[in-house]
Amino acid sequence: MMDRISVRTLFFGVYGELAARREGSAELPADSTVADLVEALRGAGGLDWLPESVVVAVNQSYAEAGTTLSDGDEVALIPPVAGG
Amino acid sequence: MPQGSDDRVRTWITRESLDDFAQFEDIVREVGSVEDGALLFFQGRVRRTNRGRAVSRLAYEAYGEMAERELSAICHEALETFDVGSVAAAHRVGDLGLGEVSVAIAVTSAHRDDGYRASRWIIETIKVRLPVWKHEHYEDGESHWVGAPSPEAGASAGGPRFG
Repeated sequence: MMDRISVRTLFFGVYGELAARREGSAELPADSTVADLVEALRGAGGLDWLPESVVVAVNQSYAEAGTTLSDGDEVALIPPVAGG
Repeated sequence: MPQGSDDRVRTWITRESLDDFAQFEDIVREVGSVEDGALLFFQGRVRRTNRGRAVSRLAYEAYGEMAERELSAICHEALETFDVGSVAAAHRVGDLGLGEVSVAIAVTSAHRDDGYRASRWIIETIKVRLPVWKHEHYEDGESHWVGAPSPEAGASAGGPRFG
């Protein structure tokens, strides 16, 4: 069991513009949740605008705030969708 | 070519034009059945005026693989929820000019009412679930991500919430 995990983060739409990047990575303690990641990102430089209740997808499925993350997960920050 | 398909569902996300009806006619012929007496076809097109502003073009961005999966899931759910025979749906990504088709949905059903209801449910569900974003460019040179907080609104648009 590793102490830390690393996840890949993706920023879409207006979030990509606000973050000035389309993807990044984050290191977290093992057993961190989606909410832990969002809190860590909001505390990181340049991402304080990220809503606390941001919609998140883990490995391409919508995920809840309490979802536990694993090493290597792909986590997308999803702004309000506007298809159609 | 359409992907994410099984016997009665065809869905795809594409940079190619969806303006031609004929590609849907071919698919409906392939996945539809002579038991289905109704075909409902819906197109969403790029409109010149949105919220009072003159649009010059749109740029759609998608979370590629997830959008493929979600569109397929939405259409399979429609098949389970409504009494319909087959569903085909596609969404464009990339740059679209005025009048171009951004989304197209074809539904076949034994009777018209099920087709109308399924088609309406699919487009409304696409609008809340499909991970696709729209960057509107206006004739005055400005641009805006649809659904994002705007200076005029002064607050966040209340998007859907998951979890």
